Amino acid sequence: MELLLVILIGLLYAAGMYLLLRRSMVKLLIGLSMLGNGANILIFLLGRITKGKPPVIDEGAKIFADIYADPVPQALILTAIVISFGLQAFAIVLLKRVYVLIDSDDLDDLNTPEDEDI
Amino acid sequence: MLIAVLAGLIGAILYIPLGKYLRGRLSVLASALPLGLFIYFCSFIPEVSAGDSFRTHYPWVSSLGVNFDFYLDGLSLLFSLLITGVGTLIFLYASAYMKGNPYTDRFFAYLSLFMAAMLGVALSDNILLLFIFWELTSISSFFLIGFDNDNADSRKNSLKALAITGGGGFFLMAGLILMGHVSGSYSIQEMISSNETLKAHALYGLILILIFAGAFTKSAQFPFHFWLPGAMKAPTPVSAYLHSATMVKAGVYLLARMNPVLGGTDQWTIPLVIVGGFTMLYAAFHSIFRTDMKAILAYSTISALGILVFLIGIGTKESLLAASVFILVHALYKAALFLITGVVDHETGTRDLAKLSGLRKVLFPVAAAGLLAALSSAGLPFTFGFIGKDLIYEATLHTKGLLPLIYTTLAVLTNILLLYAGFLAGIKPFAGTLPAQFEKVHLPHWLMWTPPVLLAVMGVALGSFPALADAALLNPAAQAIANTPIESPLKIWHGFNIVLLLSGITLATGSLLYFFKKPSPAGLNWIEGFNRISPESIMRQLVRYFGRLSDWYTDVLHNGFLRSYLLRIMVFSILLLGYRILKGDSVYISLDKISSISFYEIAVGIILTGALYLTVTSPSRLTVVVGSGVIGYCICLIFMFYSAPDLAMTQFTIDTLTVVLFVLVLFRLPPFLSFANTAVKIRDGAVAIAFGALIALVALQVLNEPKDGSISKFYGDNAYVLAKGKNVVNVILVDFRGFDTMFEIVVLSIAALGVFSLIKLRLKSSEKE
Repeated sequence: MELLLVILIGLLYAAGMYLLLRRSMVKLLIGLSMLGNGANILIFLLGRITKGKPPVIDEGAKIFADIYADPVPQALILTAIVISFGLQAFAIVLLKRVYVLIDSDDLDDLNTPEDEDI
Repeated sequence: MLIAVLAGLIGAILYIPLGKYLRGRLSVLASALPLGLFIYFCSFIPEVSAGDSFRTHYPWVSSLGVNFDFYLDGLSLLFSLLITGVGTLIFLYASAYMKGNPYTDRFFAYLSLFMAAMLGVALSDNILLLFIFWELTSISSFFLIGFDNDNADSRKNSLKALAITGGGGFFLMAGLILMGHVSGSYSIQEMISSNETLKAHALYGLILILIFAGAFTKSAQFPFHFWLPGAMKAPTPVSAYLHSATMVKAGVYLLARMNPVLGGTDQWTIPLVIVGGFTMLYAAFHSIFRTDMKAILAYSTISALGILVFLIGIGTKESLLAASVFILVHALYKAALFLITGVVDHETGTRDLAKLSGLRKVLFPVAAAGLLAALSSAGLPFTFGFIGKDLIYEATLHTKGLLPLIYTTLAVLTNILLLYAGFLAGIKPFAGTLPAQFEKVHLPHWLMWTPPVLLAVMGVALGSFPALADAALLNPAAQAIANTPIESPLKIWHGFNIVLLLSGITLATGSLLYFFKKPSPAGLNWIEGFNRISPESIMRQLVRYFGRLSDWYTDVLHNGFLRSYLLRIMVFSILLLGYRILKGDSVYISLDKISSISFYEIAVGIILTGALYLTVTSPSRLTVVVGSGVIGYCICLIFMFYSAPDLAMTQFTIDTLTVVLFVLVLFRLPPFLSFANTAVKIRDGAVAIAFGALIALVALQVLNEPKDGSISKFYGDNAYVLAKGKNVVNVILVDFRGFDTMFEIVVLSIAALGVFSLIKLRLKSSEKE
C-alpha cells in the first residue's frame, strides 16, 4: 500500500507543479492546493501508516496497550489543512477582486512585461 | 587606550543630541577632543623613546579572534601624534572655515568618527580589529568627500573614492584572514615571531597580492591613484587632514606594520619598489601641469605616498628611517600647504594659479607660512624637508649593484618635480603684483591662519633642531618598522659628499624650472589629453560594461513571469536532487515492509488519478473545481483507511467549504483561455512529471530509514496521564501545543478579516483601471 501512496504523492506533486506553471490564476490556485495535499500525504506516509489503529486511548486504559498510528504527523497535517484553507479562502476572494478590476484571469495582465511567447 | 580610541566615536555620537548647541561659535570646543588625545599620547613619548611598548587587551568577540587588542610602539605613536596633533589644528581651522555652514555639527561628527577610526588603525594589534577601523576610515572619508551633497561632482567623487578604497578593503580582509589562518593568530606581534612560517607558506604570494591591493588602493598608488584628486571635492580642512596627512597614509602604515611580518623577500620588495617608484614619478610629473592649487597638492601627495611605498620596499635600515622621517616631513608641509590653499580659496574665491598673485601684500602671515612650507617641501637646509630628502638620497645610494643609480635618478627627478609643485602652491599665489580684484582681500579669522603658520614653523624648528624628534619619535618608529634597533641621530650637516651634491642639483634644477615654466591652461590641456588612456577612464569603461552585464542578467533572471521563476526553481532542484540520487549511494528501495493492499484502496487510487487528469486537462472552470473536490474527498478516504479519523473529518469539511467558496465566488468567470501552445505544455509537463517522480523517489528512500518514535511515544504515554485526554491528536493540538493552535486561530482570523474586507470593499469607478 505504501507504494500506491508514493505514486499518488508523485502524481499530486506533478499535477500541482504543472498547474503552477499555467498562466491562469485559478489554475495556479488549484495547483497550490494540490501541492499542499501532496505534501500532507507525504508527511503522513513518512510517519508510517497503520491500518485501523487510530491514536485514541482505549476506554478504561491510561496508556496505549497496542500499537497505534503516529499522532504527531496527524497533528501537523491537521494544522496544515486548516491554514491552507485560510490561504485559499483569502486567495479566492482576492482573485475575484482582481478579476473585477482588470477583467482577466491572466497572470501576465498583472504586470507589464515585454511580450513573450509563452 | 580603549577609551582614547573610542573617544572619537563617542564624540561623534554625542553630536546627535548636542550638535545643535555646537553649531555656531561653540564649534571651536570640538577641538578639545583631539587636543586632549594629543596630550594623552604625548605622555607616552618618554617610555616609547626608551624602547618600551604598551599592550592592552579587552575581549570582544573572543570566539572569532576579534578583540580590542591595542599596541603602542614608535610607529603607532608617530601616527597617533600626527592624527591627534594635525587633527587639533584641523578642528580649530575648520571651526572658522566652516562658519555659516548649517551642517557644521555633522561635519565635526564625521571628523571625530574619522579620527577615532584612524587611531584605531594605528593602534590595533588585532588584524581583524584593524580591518574594522580601516573600513571606518573609508566610510568617514566617503561622508566627508560628499559633504557638499548638493553638488553632483561631490557625490560622484565620494562614490568613486568609496568604491576604490572599499574594494581594496575587501582584498585586504581576505589577505588578513589568510594571514591569520596561516599563522594561527590574529595578533600582529605574535605573527612577527612566526614570520618564517608565513614566508615559507604556499599562500604567501597570495597574501602579499591581497595586502598590496588593500594598501595601494588606500594610499592611492598607481593604477588606483585617481580617486585622490577626485577626493579634493571635500572641504579643504578634510583634504588636508584625510587626504594628505593621515588617512591616505594608512596604506603606508599597513605596509610599514607588515614589514617585520611579511617583508624582506623579493616578492615583497620588487612590487613595492616598482609601484612606489613609478607612482612617485608619474604623479610628480602630473602635478606640474595643474593650475588648480588643490590638484597640484593632490598629485604631489600621491607622489609623496609613492616615495614612502618605495622606501618601505627598499627595506634597508636607512630607507626605513627615511620613510619614518618623511612621513612627518610630508604631513607637516603638506597639511600647511593645504590649509593655505583653503585660506586663499576662502578669501579670494579661486584656486586658479593663473589668476592668483601678489597675495603676500594682503595675507602676509599666510604667505610666510607658504614660503616656509614650500621651502621645506623643496628641502632647503634648515628645514625639516632637507633632512628628509637627504635621508632618501642616502637610502637610495646605499643599495647594491646597479640599483643606486636607478633609484637615485628616480628620487632626484621626483624631488625636482615636487619642489616645483611645492613652489607653485606655496609661493606662486603670493609672489608678483597684486591684481586689483584682490585688493580688498583681508586676513581671515585668526583661527584660520595660525594653524598653517604653526605647521610651517614646526617644519623649520625640527629642521634646525632635529634632535627634538629623532631619538624621541623617529628612531623608535623606524625601529618598529625594521624590527631591529636603530639609533641614528638626525644631522643637518653631513659634510661635503654626494648627498649634498644631489641636494644641490635638486634645488638648482627645481628653482630653474620654477622660473621658466609658468602654469598655463595649455599645459593642463596637454596633460588632460592623456585621460583617454588613464586608469580612471579604463575603470569607468569597466564599470559601464559591468552595469550592462548586470542589466542583462537581471532582465534574464528577473523577467516578471512567475512561471519562469517556478520553472527555474524546479529544474534546478531536479538537477540537484537527481545528481545526488544518481551519484550518491545506490538507490535502494525495499519492498519488504510494504503492507498488503486491498481493492478499495486501489479503487480510491484510480478515482484520484482520474480526478487529477480531469483537473489538469479540463477546459471548464467548473469541472476543474469539481475535480479538485473529488481529489480532496479521495485524500479524506485515505486518511480514513489509515487510522486518522480527525484528519478525515477536517479534510472533508475544509474541502467542501473550498468547493462551495470557489463555485460561489468564481462561477461567473469565463472559461479558461488557452494561452499555451503544445510545445510549452509538453515542456512544462515533462518538468512537472520529473519533479513528481523525484519526490516519489525521495519518499521511497526515506521510507527505508528507521523512524525515531520517541516523540510520538511521549505524547502517547502522557496524553491521558498529564492532559486527561484520550484522543492523542486532539490533546497535542489543544494542550501540548496549545499556543501553536492559538496562533493558528489568529492567522485564520486575520485571513477572515481579509476576506471580509475584500468582499465589502467598494472601489470608486475612478480607481478601477
